[in-house]
Amino acid sequence: MDDPKVILSAKGITKSFPGVTALEDVDFSLRRGEIHALMGENGAGKSTLIKIITGVEHADRGTLEYDGRQIEVHSPLHAQQIGISTVYQEVNLCTNISVAENIMLGREPQTWFGAIHWRKMNRLAADALHRLGIDIDVTRPLGSYSVAIQQMVAIARSLEISSAQVLILDEPTSSLDVHETRQLFDVMLRLKEQGIGIIFITHFLDQVYQVADRITVLRNGRLVGTYPTEMLPRIQLIASMLGRSSTDLEEVSRVKFHRETTPQNGKLLELHGLGRKGSLEPIDLELRSSEVVGIAGLLGSGRTEMANLIFGIDSPDLGFMTIEEKKVTRFSPLESINAGVGLCPENRKEEGIVGDMTLRENIILALQARLGWFKHLSHARQDEIASHFIQVLGIVTPSADQLVKNLSGGNQQKVILARWLATNPQVLILDEPTRGIDVGAKAEIQRLVLELAEEGKSCIFISSELEEVMRCSHRIVVLRDRKKAAEFPGNVDDETIMKTMAGNL
Amino acid sequence: MKKSPFFKQIRESRLFWPVVALGLIFLFDAIYAPDFFKIGVLDGHLYGNLIVVLNDGAPLALVAMGMTLVIATGGVDLSVGAVIAISAAMGAVLINPALGNQLITNDILTANKTNTPLGIIILADLAAGTLCGLWNGFLVSRARIQPMVATLILMVAGRGIAQLITNGQIMTIYYTPYFWFGNGFILGLPVSVYIVGVVLLLATLLVRKTSIGMFIEAVGLNPKSTFYSGINEKNIKLFAYTFCGFCGAIAGLILSSYVKSADANNIGLSYELDAILAVAIGGTSMQGGRFSLSASVVGALVIWAFTLTMYTVGVPADALKAAKALLVLVVILMYSNQARTLLTRLAERKGAQHGIAD
Repeated sequence: MDDPKVILSAKGITKSFPGVTALEDVDFSLRRGEIHALMGENGAGKSTLIKIITGVEHADRGTLEYDGRQIEVHSPLHAQQIGISTVYQEVNLCTNISVAENIMLGREPQTWFGAIHWRKMNRLAADALHRLGIDIDVTRPLGSYSVAIQQMVAIARSLEISSAQVLILDEPTSSLDVHETRQLFDVMLRLKEQGIGIIFITHFLDQVYQVADRITVLRNGRLVGTYPTEMLPRIQLIASMLGRSSTDLEEVSRVKFHRETTPQNGKLLELHGLGRKGSLEPIDLELRSSEVVGIAGLLGSGRTEMANLIFGIDSPDLGFMTIEEKKVTRFSPLESINAGVGLCPENRKEEGIVGDMTLRENIILALQARLGWFKHLSHARQDEIASHFIQVLGIVTPSADQLVKNLSGGNQQKVILARWLATNPQVLILDEPTRGIDVGAKAEIQRLVLELAEEGKSCIFISSELEEVMRCSHRIVVLRDRKKAAEFPGNVDDETIMKTMAGNL
Repeated sequence: MKKSPFFKQIRESRLFWPVVALGLIFLFDAIYAPDFFKIGVLDGHLYGNLIVVLNDGAPLALVAMGMTLVIATGGVDLSVGAVIAISAAMGAVLINPALGNQLITNDILTANKTNTPLGIIILADLAAGTLCGLWNGFLVSRARIQPMVATLILMVAGRGIAQLITNGQIMTIYYTPYFWFGNGFILGLPVSVYIVGVVLLLATLLVRKTSIGMFIEAVGLNPKSTFYSGINEKNIKLFAYTFCGFCGAIAGLILSSYVKSADANNIGLSYELDAILAVAIGGTSMQGGRFSLSASVVGALVIWAFTLTMYTVGVPADALKAAKALLVLVVILMYSNQARTLLTRLAERKGAQHGIAD
């Protein structure tokens, strides 16, 4: 594997955080003059790998090599000195000073008596941009240009700082339109010709197939593989990201459950063209009691946006929603709780748990929110509720007074489930309930969803893992590009779903 | 073996560190200024440095309680000093017997009379401060202005408002019943001590026997999760700032009663900073979250015990600020994670050795 063209390689990178292994024995290599797409769903380990390469985090095990020499990256600044530059999704430059100042900040050329040599600075900055094929007035403030240009100024700056041979672009296109994306790709191809290796992270499959030479896929912190782009058809890429082999004939060990017979109970929740500009196109959906509806779709397909709309985190500006045939007029989490809707949010740490509070307090939080300020649950009652759910959900903890941040990911997820179950909801929306938790806990949560449905509650089950969605759902709704692409009965095969997720092949 | 060892339980109590700090100051006094502890009886009530600490520390203790709730939500209230001035000005103006078109003579001005019944004065004081708090809370929770900026507005404007109320004058109060709050005694102890006690008791019951305390902590620890759990974080913040204004109003009442005047420019000066320090000594994180009202009250007493100790050992008033800086430094170091881990480790090692020796 001693390819002389390799500029950056990572071998056997392992990194764990408390409660979860983010990366396990991952190999990665980047060649000179190559655009290398790094793919994977959330929690796959992409960002951890990038953080290790750029010195934000340090690997527990494994080595990094740059230009044939083993390196240790201490900090992002150090990475830059070595020759690894990163441009993040959010442009972190100053929009109120000129383009030239932004590019040359900290390295302004000076006149003989120490003042800034403006003319020289502007010329150097213009040259730097010219090398990227961009000719703009560098004396105007950065803020007067589009995000795409700002992005490219950031690239120019990062290449200017050090003679970087490795450029990492972390979701650079997520806020660009088609034309701007094209512009960025031109720059990337130009840099590629100059022999710079580019790591390209994106969630847009089209773009990967437009520019990438090779694709590395990560899933659940493990390397799935590195493939030349032309050898990896789109459907296979999705399959490997989601953990299903499309040629795999092995029948999923589906939980035997009266899934085939879609319950014909009353409608519990209905969406009629519910949407919100810029986040979700109008969508229709109905949910009956005792029913689990799975939502499949890639990241950015509108899964979380839909969950947030139904639960009232965001307010819709199109269409309407009914719960038990009553039209919902006010959208807020509290209204939703009162109407019997609960949401286990996607981002457990930031939107779910309150890490520095005890398990007991975390469990009663939503229930207490419904009761209000003055109908306070007594300590004894809180303990009773907490220990009930600790037992029912099998939460592993020394006591109900343990701080939630000290629990493992799976147990934290169960605590949030308990928080919602305590409010006795009719509809439970689970957004990625099994992300980043171990296999055992995953199975338990899936089983729990099915049990809830048997009790007459209904669930909206969102997951990146197709297998999981298929195993649990009576019906499966596929979202693509913030729209509902199709709806299937629960016994649909994964091939069909993946094709729908991928769109036109 | 579910119960922690007794010592550990004490050490993890929120009151432990503030009480230790108070203890250290008293220890210093015991060695260098034993007179500090002398308590005598005069005219049927107690007097002495310790009583002065309680009486002088009362306004700060009140303000610190309000500040505790605000800081626990992850905010800060810089306007409490100004609120004190507004509340004091309100009281002084309503007492002023020369209100209206009366010809003002010195006789009328200095008469032991009031223009407004005492009950109304108290209500007006409290209403003015509470309104100020409501204003801050509105800016922070509804207009979503950063707490420091939002309360800075009233911090700057508040003293101006107080001056408008008093017509730009330092108003001296001659109405004796009003003096009772800052100078009176009940059963030998200053009235202000009882006021602090009652407010502390009621406030503790209010936040701990309802869900308000838990909601405040949740908002301070993770506002996003709190919102996702259906808690109206806006109203929680509004409550905290309003309560802080209310506490500032009581402090203004006591202070103006104590100094028998309302000086819009100087009354309650830099109380906001002392209150923040008191809350810090009380162990509430500046980032919000867990809080203890009584620990903050002890924090206020630490500040006043320290101030009085410095006076007692002869540190001149103008050097006091430098000495206070030392206190701040020690507090910050004591509460740093590094120092905490070090102390905990030391304590545990000692405990372990003890265990082996046994």
